[in-house]
Amino acid sequence: MRQILFVILGTILVENFVLTKFLGICPFLGVSKKMDSALGMSGAVVFVMTFASAVTWVVNEYVLVKFGLEYLQTIAFILVIASLVQFVELILKRFIKPLYNSLGIYLPLITTNCAVLGVALLNIQNSFSFGMAVLYGFSAGLSFMFALILFSGIREKLETCNVAKSFKGLPIALVTAAFIALSFMGFQGMFAF
Amino acid sequence: MKKPWKEFTKGIIRENPIFVLVLGMCPTLAVTTSAENGLGMGAAATVVLLGSNIVIALLRKVIPDKIRIPAYITIIAGFVTVIQLLLKAYLPDLDKALGIFIPLIVVNCIILARAEMFASKNNVGYSILDALGMGVGFTLALLLIGSIREILGSGTIFGMDVSFGVIPQATLFILPAGGFLILGLLMALYNKLTKGKSQVVDCATCPVPCHTVSKEVS
Repeated sequence: MRQILFVILGTILVENFVLTKFLGICPFLGVSKKMDSALGMSGAVVFVMTFASAVTWVVNEYVLVKFGLEYLQTIAFILVIASLVQFVELILKRFIKPLYNSLGIYLPLITTNCAVLGVALLNIQNSFSFGMAVLYGFSAGLSFMFALILFSGIREKLETCNVAKSFKGLPIALVTAAFIALSFMGFQGMFAF
Repeated sequence: MKKPWKEFTKGIIRENPIFVLVLGMCPTLAVTTSAENGLGMGAAATVVLLGSNIVIALLRKVIPDKIRIPAYITIIAGFVTVIQLLLKAYLPDLDKALGIFIPLIVVNCIILARAEMFASKNNVGYSILDALGMGVGFTLALLLIGSIREILGSGTIFGMDVSFGVIPQATLFILPAGGFLILGLLMALYNKLTKGKSQVVDCATCPVPCHTVSKEVS
């Protein structure tokens, strides 16, 4: 139990995927203008990352390693993730309509979210067990959600601020992100796992 | 003669992938802790971009429209695997420094964006020029960010000491926070110099859904 909590907190605060690992920056900058879209996007990411961790782990262990095809990892993983996203979209559309309505439009964006492929590769690199890989995927998704929500809250306020002309839009958002990342440095070394 | 030249130069300033198109932010921020890493990443991405642009331009009439994105991703992933193996064999140090960001070139938005926006609509010659221009623009931007961060953060450039023992080193700049800060400041400077002529595309998300999804999102 303690171990699980440490992994979750460690991934969210110490090794935040967006703010310290620089994974998933594109959606972090792209979909953080409004709180609603930030919530929808990060919800979809948590969902897909957890599933992707599980599926890619199985594919790696029982297909790639078994047949000595580890060099195909990159191709195999990206195809698995792309089809998984399509599959999740279909399932949600068919069976869980309300969830599809709120997450649906963000799903296609996720295939090219490097945090998803990143977490799949990190699971293998760190030689995690299956349970650990799923947990890590889930907490990586949560860390993305945490950063995105935090950032979109600040960006909503930035909209109404009077910013110098050349700083308008992304530049000031990046400077803001720098200060968020700076404050996250305070968590360094708190939860080791 | 004018058009080919234009296709090449547009990627460097007018449509610079980092400062104007705002694509491929993850490697931009993550690997630019030194000038050397920035250059290495830029070169690796350029090679992949060149390969994928050529193949996609050649196959643009063969690939069915409906499955074009998966097809592009597979082609790109193939080239990335080639680069990954080559780096492991010949430049193991660079491979270690760039780490997970080499396989992540697959999902680098620039490459898919050029496939979707350019190579799928133009012939091989123009696609090669486009890939080279975009690649050079990306590499120069990474080199610039990497150099600034290395000078400020470790007092060196390409490993050579330039602090002369007097300039203090601010480790902050090679940490994640410094990456965001430098990129933000450079982008503002770029806006100032181009006097906002280069319209910053605000769809900072990846290219695939840009046409279909971003309208609904915003």
